[in-house]
Amino acid sequence: MTTKLETLPAPDKTPGAGKPTNRKPKVRESRGTLAFSRAQRSKALMKHAILIVAGGLMIYPLLWMVVSSLRPNELIFREPGLWLNSLEMGNYTDGWSALTHPFGHYMLNSAIVVLGSILGNLISCSMAAYAFARLQFTGKKLFFGIMLLTIMLPFHVIIVPQYILFSQIGWVNTFWPLIVPKLLATDAFFVFLMVQFIRGIPKELDEAARIDGAGHPRIFLRVILPLMVPALATTTIFTFIWTWNDFFGALIYLTDPDMFTVPVALRAFVDSQSATSWGSLFAMSIVSLLPVFLVFLFGQRFLIKGIATTGIK
Amino acid sequence: MSAISELSSISRRKGKATAEEKKANGRDNKAAYIFLLPWLVGLVAITIGPMLMSLYLSFTDYNLLQPPEWTGLDNFTRMLSDARLHNSLRVTFTYVFVGVPLQLAVALLIALVLDKGLRGLPFYRSVFYLPSLLGGSVAVAILWKQIFGTTGLVNQVLAMFGIQGPGWISDPSTALGSIILLHVWTFGAPMIIFLAGLRQIPVMYYEAAKVDGASTLQQFRRITMPMLSPIIFFNLVLQIIGSFQSFTQAFIVSGGNGGPSDSTMFFTLYLYQKGFGQFDMGYASAMAWFLLVIIGVFTAINFIASKYWVFYDD
Repeated sequence: MTTKLETLPAPDKTPGAGKPTNRKPKVRESRGTLAFSRAQRSKALMKHAILIVAGGLMIYPLLWMVVSSLRPNELIFREPGLWLNSLEMGNYTDGWSALTHPFGHYMLNSAIVVLGSILGNLISCSMAAYAFARLQFTGKKLFFGIMLLTIMLPFHVIIVPQYILFSQIGWVNTFWPLIVPKLLATDAFFVFLMVQFIRGIPKELDEAARIDGAGHPRIFLRVILPLMVPALATTTIFTFIWTWNDFFGALIYLTDPDMFTVPVALRAFVDSQSATSWGSLFAMSIVSLLPVFLVFLFGQRFLIKGIATTGIK
Repeated sequence: MSAISELSSISRRKGKATAEEKKANGRDNKAAYIFLLPWLVGLVAITIGPMLMSLYLSFTDYNLLQPPEWTGLDNFTRMLSDARLHNSLRVTFTYVFVGVPLQLAVALLIALVLDKGLRGLPFYRSVFYLPSLLGGSVAVAILWKQIFGTTGLVNQVLAMFGIQGPGWISDPSTALGSIILLHVWTFGAPMIIFLAGLRQIPVMYYEAAKVDGASTLQQFRRITMPMLSPIIFFNLVLQIIGSFQSFTQAFIVSGGNGGPSDSTMFFTLYLYQKGFGQFDMGYASAMAWFLLVIIGVFTAINFIASKYWVFYDD
C-alpha cells in the first residue's frame, strides 16, 4: 500500500508494504536488548498492568451486555459479574419477535440501505477522486477546496430543505433519501481518502497505458481501480459501519415500521418497553452490533490504515 | 496530508502555480467533468442548493403545509429570547469543551503507553479501538441507559462497596456527565491517529536527547509534543466539529426529550424537535445556520490559535 505513512523517511524503514503494524517498536526493542535491565522490565510490566486494567474497563460494559442478554431478566438488575449459571436463550427469541415484524425484517432493510450506500460510494467517490488526483481542469483548485470543506459541513444545515425536496418527490418512507446522496458522492471524506491513495500510485503506469492508446475511462477502469483496491476496501468497511449505525437519517425519513432499519427499530423497541424487558432489549442490541463487530474483526487492518493515513499530515 | 493541512496549504500556496498546473494545454476538461459529474450533481442538488434554501427558509415561517411566509429576522429575534435554546447551547458547549479535551487526553495517554514497543500491541489497540466503532450506535446508547440507570451496572458495583449511587441519567446534575463519559469511551479513533503520528517522529531525535541527558519528561515536552502538535490540532478540529453535531446518544438516553429537565437537550436535539416534531421549519433552518456559524467560528479560532502552538516541520 502506497501511502504517506510509508513514503516518509523513517530510520527504521523496511520494505514490506501492506504490513502497517509496529515496525519501529521492533527496532526499539532490539536496541533495548543490549541492556534489558530489571528497571526496563518492571516498567514494561507496569505498562501492561495499566493497559489491561484500562482495556478491561473499556470492554467490560460490552461483555456484561453480552452475558446479561443470556440471563433471566431479573438478574440484570442485581448481577454485575460476568459469571453465567445457565444459558438463557429466551431473551433472543422474545426480542426477535417483539416488534411488528421479526427483527430479521429490519436487518434486511438495513442491509439494503447499506448495500446501496456502499455501491454508491464506491462508484461516485472513485470517479471524483480520479478526476481530482489525475486530471487537469479549469476550476480544479476551487472544486477541490469546496470538496474538502463539505467534509466538515454539518448535516443539519441541509437536512430541512433536503427533507422538503425528498418529501415532494414522494421519497419519504423509501430508502432513496438514504442511498441517492451516496450515489452523488456526498460523503466527501471518501473522495479525499481515495485522492490520497491515487496520488501514491506511480504516474508512469497511466503514461504507459496512454501510450498504448488508452483513454481516461480505460485508464481509470483498468489501471487505477485495480490498484486502489485497499482504498476501496476501507471505503466499503467504513460505509458499512456508518450506514448500519446511522440513526438520524433513518429517524427522519423512515416513519413507517415496514421500512424501519435496525437503529430506528431498536429505538421503537426502547420506547415500547417498560423497564422490565432489558434482557430482550439487550439481546437485540447484541444482534444489531454483531455485523459491525464481524466487519471490525475481519477488516481491522483497513480501518486502522484508513484512519491513520487520512489523519496524518 | 490530512484534509486540514491540505486546506491550509491551498491557501498558503495561493498564486504560486506549480509547473504541472501551468501546462494549460494538458487540460482535459471534458473527461474531468464527466468523472466529476455525480459529485457535481450532488454538490448542487444535495449540498449547496439545500444550503441556500435553508438560508432562505431561516427568514420565513414555514410548516410544510402552507407556502413559506417571509418574516424577516423574526426567527433570529425569537432565538434571542428562547430560553430553551440558550440552555441547549449551554449543554452543547459543556459537552464539547469538556468531552473533547478529555477524550483527546485519554487517547494521547494510551497512545503514549502503547507506542514504546510493547508486546501485544495489536491486541491492545483493537480493544481500545472497538468502542469507537460501536459508540455511535443505538445499541450502545441503550446499554448506557441501563448502565447508568438507578439499578444499573454502575450502581450495582457501587453497592458492593456499600455506596448507594444516584440514578445517573435520571438526575439532571449527572445526566450530561454520563453522556460525556460515553464520548470519552470512544477515544479509539483519535488514539489510532496519535499512534500513527508518534511513529513518524524519527527515533534519532530521542537518541540525541538521551545523549544530552534529557529526562523522559523533557523529551516529551521538547520532542513529542511539538512533533505531534499538527496531529493534536487535526484531532481537535475534527472532534470539535463532530461533537457539536452529536445527536444519537442524547436522543436515546433521554428517550428523545433531552431530559431530565432539559439537562441533555443538545442543540441538535432541540433543532430536531423544532423541525421534525413541531414542523417549525423556518425556525429549525435558522438554528441550523446558527450552528454552522458557531462551528465555523470555533474552527476559525482553532486555526488562528494554531499559529501559536502547532509546529510545522516543513
